Amino acid sequence: MKYTLNVNGQNQTVEAEPDTPMLWVLRDHLNYVGAKFGCGVGMCGACTVHVDGDSQRSCQMTVAEAGAKKIVTIEGLSEHGDHPVQKAWCDHDVSQCGYCQAGQIMSASALLKSKPHPTDAEIDNAMAGNLCRCGTYTRIRAAIHAAAGAK
Amino acid sequence: MNSPLSAPSSPSLDRRSFLRLTALAGGGFVLGYSYLKTAGTAFAADAATAAAEFAPNGFIRIASNGAVTLFSNRPEIGQGIKTALPLVLAEELDVDWKNVTVVSEPLDSTGTLQGASGSTSVPTDYSRLRQMGASARAILVEAAAQTWNVPAAECTTSAGSVLHAASGKKLSYGALVAKAATLQPPDSAPLKDPKDFRILGTRVPNVDNAAITTGKPLYGIDTKIPGMVYAVYEKCPVFGGTPVSANLDEVKKLPGVKDAFIIPAGNGPTAGVAIVASSTWAAFSARDKLKVVWDEGARANDSWADMSRQANELGAKAVDSDSPVFGTAAKVVEGNYSFPYISHTTLEPQNCTVHLQGDRADVWVPTQQPGQVRTAAAQALGLQQNQVTVHVTRAGGGFGRRLQTDYASEAAAIAKRVDAPVKLTWSREDDLHHDYFRPAGFNFLRGALDASGKIVAWRNYAVNFGAAGGGRRGGPGGPGGRGGPGGPGGPGGAPGGAAPRGAATLLPAGGGNAVFGQVAPGGAPGGQGFQGGPGGGGAGGAPRRGGPGGGRGGASFPGSFVGGFANATGTVVSAVPTGAWRAPGDCTSAWVDQSFLDELAQASGRDPLEFKLDHLTAGPAGAYKDRMLGVVRLAAEKAGWGKKLPKGQGMGIAFHSCHAGYVAHVVEVTVAKTGEYKVTRVVAAVDVGSQILNLSSAENQVEGAVVDGLSASGFQSLDLKKGRIVESNLDEYPMLRMPDSPPKIEIHFLLSQNPPTGLGEPALPPLAPAVCNAIYAAMGKRIRAMPFSTADLKWA
Repeated sequence: MKYTLNVNGQNQTVEAEPDTPMLWVLRDHLNYVGAKFGCGVGMCGACTVHVDGDSQRSCQMTVAEAGAKKIVTIEGLSEHGDHPVQKAWCDHDVSQCGYCQAGQIMSASALLKSKPHPTDAEIDNAMAGNLCRCGTYTRIRAAIHAAAGAK
Repeated sequence: MNSPLSAPSSPSLDRRSFLRLTALAGGGFVLGYSYLKTAGTAFAADAATAAAEFAPNGFIRIASNGAVTLFSNRPEIGQGIKTALPLVLAEELDVDWKNVTVVSEPLDSTGTLQGASGSTSVPTDYSRLRQMGASARAILVEAAAQTWNVPAAECTTSAGSVLHAASGKKLSYGALVAKAATLQPPDSAPLKDPKDFRILGTRVPNVDNAAITTGKPLYGIDTKIPGMVYAVYEKCPVFGGTPVSANLDEVKKLPGVKDAFIIPAGNGPTAGVAIVASSTWAAFSARDKLKVVWDEGARANDSWADMSRQANELGAKAVDSDSPVFGTAAKVVEGNYSFPYISHTTLEPQNCTVHLQGDRADVWVPTQQPGQVRTAAAQALGLQQNQVTVHVTRAGGGFGRRLQTDYASEAAAIAKRVDAPVKLTWSREDDLHHDYFRPAGFNFLRGALDASGKIVAWRNYAVNFGAAGGGRRGGPGGPGGRGGPGGPGGPGGAPGGAAPRGAATLLPAGGGNAVFGQVAPGGAPGGQGFQGGPGGGGAGGAPRRGGPGGGRGGASFPGSFVGGFANATGTVVSAVPTGAWRAPGDCTSAWVDQSFLDELAQASGRDPLEFKLDHLTAGPAGAYKDRMLGVVRLAAEKAGWGKKLPKGQGMGIAFHSCHAGYVAHVVEVTVAKTGEYKVTRVVAAVDVGSQILNLSSAENQVEGAVVDGLSASGFQSLDLKKGRIVESNLDEYPMLRMPDSPPKIEIHFLLSQNPPTGLGEPALPPLAPAVCNAIYAAMGKRIRAMPFSTADLKWA
């Protein structure tokens, strides 16, 4: 099947089976590899993208369901990698292996859109779906607070 | 340059023989040195390259425009080494870090010393890289001195320039490289006084931050080669099982599928069924329709329940006939500890891309052991080692999992059948079902105190789980520790020698040995005569590198610090493959030891910290004791040990040394009356020598070890039924998430006068026992089984 998708502000056409998760369309068909495969069942959050402004696990949405929804990946979060959350991540040197961090950043940036100044508890709650195997949670919290302050 | 050399016995090489200066065609130079291939060391299995040889490996490149490129040759698995080691070069070279570009080095022609394991990168490379940077700086100084016709001794450097104070002359390194490239490296180059360091010890952000935060392709799984196809590989869920047949014709007709075939048992990977398709999803979907008839082999009825029962039976039979000590002791304490198999669960699943073109192949892989990947790939492809190029990608986690080369071997075997570059991607289910798991174990402890509250007996009968009679599953990360023989009735023998690789889990069938003082073969720690006198150490293998449940002997705690220490081992047969998991051996033995020590302390009725300090103080003089006392005291002081806490809140302390690092953690917990516990604060005191390379990264490693320690001990457990791992994905295998992460992790580095050592592992082992000791202090319940989530902690 042919699908026309809106990804990072551009319409792009892909040929894929209807049950193909957006994660694999992004990674294999469109070469947006920022969204990561971690579990395939929506438990790790490494594949998080924005769909019409909300954070969503791209492994849990098929290409057929995407329709005309506006999908933003980490590659499209900012033009120059300078979204306040991205900057805060660099300033706080959050990453260890870094594999989960694109997903963390997408969840955090969606959180700050709905709650510009979240409390620790609100951050914990919003970020609970994103695993960091390396254990950078304290830095993620600090970076989100910093990004909130910078906005 | 490739003249054969005999293998050196030490890494101290003649500078002239290993420094190499190369002029660049466009101006500028590369200064590099060769790692000598040392036969008989960890890479001896790499037979084709075991002979000594030179292979230049550049580390510093300075272009005539002043651009400085530093090469990082260790796999980056999240431990921060790609940033940390170039900092050492930059410090001694005396360049401005903001003008430095760091580039990852591919596997060199020998692969020697390019692994990432055992927290060894810093201790191995720190001095050489300092020397390297200093030599490059000295050449540039000499070039300037000759240009200006002044003595080199009158020249200084600063931020990438050479200066001559008397004349006010100044030249940038870039302006000097043409001249410098004609000079010979000096015999000796002075190193900086560490007090003059400007870069080392500061907080320097990870060099890949920008790429990570913008989603650039960095990881093995991001590899894309033109024309590439995508593969999955199904193995028998029962360890050792093999495919008999599969519905391959049906699978081949599914959308996007290009091929499907059985790879039989042989010289390559574990036997299985490969599906090759036009995309990852096409391969994953087709796999759902794959039906395989397996020969499940001999272990299809194994279960964790039965193995646990056997372990407990062995423990119950472990009669300690040393009754006089226990008969006369003022207090006897018993505790049986157990820990399950767990997985590494690197968030990036195992993957490998192989492009075979005639008689050569390229491999892109997230690995901790690129040299062994080359060996495995060459074997599976039927090529010579020098026909295989290994491209080391950033790895989405390591933790010991990527010391194994199973996934590379599978990808290579598939590539041999496919006329295109092929990327093999494991599912999370593959990853949980086919790990080289952290060993499970049971420990049966008995200790005694005399009337003064001194430990006079400490017996540990450790039951391990191992494959029957063979080394097939013993992977290269296996932390074997061959115990030194312990003579009955006397102190133990000399520490064991180097661990035979893969021996850790390979105890012979029926190795259960209930008699203390005998030494179980294989990876078991050495025993000691159970009549051994107080303080009689000498048991155990190479210090801190023993097999599961081992490594307690030598000069370390508890072996040399408590009276009547003895350790014996039994084995329950298991086909579950095991391997190194962050701080192998130590990651569980420290929990057992430091929890039991706390039990003895509580039994003494004394303050646990004072009790522990007294036993450390009474131990043999030496660096181990001094450094351990240092971190224990520092952690206690910073945590405010002894403050009065209400019931339901508690503070616990634990200490441990491994991988040359010394760490003490003080943990504060709150335990709700309903039984939920929360770690509210962790204070870490860490001694990894005189110099922290990158403070930000070092703190990050300790924070990560704390979270990993909490996650593994608090939540993680794998069950075995019908010979197969029960848990399939992260919904069934919980890991710590942000709400359970401690709000406060305070880290204090104790800079002792010891060479800098690594930090990937040492901060993990003492975390779990500190948590349990804190929980006991909070509400009086001792946790003796992992994961802690299974403990009933309700109180009223």
